[in-house]
Amino acid sequence: MKPQQHRRLAILAAVWGGLIFAPYWMPLFGGYTALGSRVLVLGLGAMSLNFLLGFTGVLSFGHAAWFGLGAYGAGFCLKWAALSSPLAILAGTLAGGIVGGLLGALLVRRRGVYFAMVTIAFGQVFYYIAFQWSSVTGGDDGLRGFERQPLDFRLFQIDLLHNDAYFYYFVLICFAAAIAVMAFMLRSPFGRTMIAIRENERRARFLGIPVEFHIWVAFTLSCFFMAFAGALYALLNNFVDPRVFHYSLSGDFVIMAVMGGMRTFWGPLLGAIVFVVLQDYISSITINWMSFIGVLVVLIVLFFPRGILGLMRQGRAA
Amino acid sequence: MLQLTFFNVTNGLIIGAFYALMAIGLSLILNLSGIINFAHGGFLVIGGYLAYTLRPYLGFWGALLVAPFLTAIIGLAVERLLIRRLYGRDPLYSLLLTFGLAFIIEDGTRQIWGANGLPFSVPEALSSALSSEFFFITGYRMFMVAMIAAVVALLFVLLRHTRIGVRIRAGTLDLETVAALGVNVRALRSLNFAVGIFLAGLAGVLAAGQLGLEPTMGDGLLMPSFIAIIVGGVGSLTGTLLGGLLIGVASGLTAVIFPSASEAVIYVMMAIVLLVRPRGLLGEEGMLT
Repeated sequence: MKPQQHRRLAILAAVWGGLIFAPYWMPLFGGYTALGSRVLVLGLGAMSLNFLLGFTGVLSFGHAAWFGLGAYGAGFCLKWAALSSPLAILAGTLAGGIVGGLLGALLVRRRGVYFAMVTIAFGQVFYYIAFQWSSVTGGDDGLRGFERQPLDFRLFQIDLLHNDAYFYYFVLICFAAAIAVMAFMLRSPFGRTMIAIRENERRARFLGIPVEFHIWVAFTLSCFFMAFAGALYALLNNFVDPRVFHYSLSGDFVIMAVMGGMRTFWGPLLGAIVFVVLQDYISSITINWMSFIGVLVVLIVLFFPRGILGLMRQGRAA
Repeated sequence: MLQLTFFNVTNGLIIGAFYALMAIGLSLILNLSGIINFAHGGFLVIGGYLAYTLRPYLGFWGALLVAPFLTAIIGLAVERLLIRRLYGRDPLYSLLLTFGLAFIIEDGTRQIWGANGLPFSVPEALSSALSSEFFFITGYRMFMVAMIAAVVALLFVLLRHTRIGVRIRAGTLDLETVAALGVNVRALRSLNFAVGIFLAGLAGVLAAGQLGLEPTMGDGLLMPSFIAIIVGGVGSLTGTLLGGLLIGVASGLTAVIFPSASEAVIYVMMAIVLLVRPRGLLGEEGMLT
């Protein structure tokens, strides 16, 4: 093997080692297991967004909509339809993915700023529905009265509800499965085409690639991943409220992706780790955490637009 | 029923006028500089709170005159220091920057003026109802609409008949050519940004008189302004004006029939426009799309 491959393997081993043993080392630094689950879920959301933003070059600023649909879908399933965590995740993923795919067909012909603006506005639709339709969604108080269910393997059960570590590993396995699919797609000819569209849309079009169709497929896949993350989020909190739809959450995902490095696969996860831990820490010491996040965003945009991983890669190349 | 309908249509027109005022400011900045100003609602809040602070010294009328100008100056400083660096870069970055800015403004307002709502009363002469039958048409509401109409009309005249206005409109269509003709595009964009923020500041003062002050008062106006632009058509200020009034009246009318859908109806309108006429009512194909 070449040294480059050694390096890659070492990094992968470090990432997965860190994630697998997180419940053991996090408490040493003042972390707690539920925070780890939160990082994974939001990190998966940021990676899902980045599937579209970083690899197809399409800026959606309303992805919280699909995340929220996943969360409400899972919540409804647990509350009214079936007492099963896997089924709830399936229901949420389908809800967000299908609705996202349908609305995406309306959006894909728009580009750039206009696309961003339309996605923001569409995201808010669901916020208002969740907020207003309180007989179904619980309105501003949120959807309550459901709990994640134990995994039932006939012979034995795994209690996800009362054991935070079990739930963390459950989320980690879901996370690993989702990003494995994502990585596989990015390596496929389809993924290469996405990158070609990002790099030069006009040239891709001249090569006979149906650009709109590819963007629509990438958008829809991204919605499915996002809804999957949202469903996990509902299980994580045993509660959903309309703010999962709000554009400020969409903005948070974009911040995570950009902060970590949106041209890299792992960047958004790194961004999510930094963002979630920082938010958790700062909001515990000051009420002005919004200003801190705001200043952080301004600094990133002005000075580190490539994000943390982008910066490291650039440093290595130099 | 008739009175109720009339009440809601009037309400819708007033709200629509606000949407339009916000949206025209946003639209000016979007058209010339390709920037979606997420902090537009924040500047509205600054305008309102500045008027609150100035009011004891200048009175209502003085505050109404001065606060929007101060807001525009703050906007100009923000453009010079931060936003100018992002022209020509991926719109992602300006969106994120203004998103962060909105956070900072909201938090800063809370820090300076407090988290609780503040009252902002209007002069006696404006606050009384004009007739007992149509109790909802207060002098202040008429004044707001007249003020917005006058400012928007003035803006349109300036854009059409002054040299700078013509340059701004030309820059919307083809900024490169305008620059090649020797126009100082940097100054043009700064001025244009300041005008957009001035409108936000004015909307803030007017809204304060109607609803009082709150650090989050801009939030509810931002999304409808986006939708006004999308419905009216990107690239057309007249379209934005029309879009704002249209969604205002639509949500006013829906409030008569089905009150809880009055927010949702504007999103439905947007979806219909995107389906039937993706460029927007008066938008031109190819603008920023």
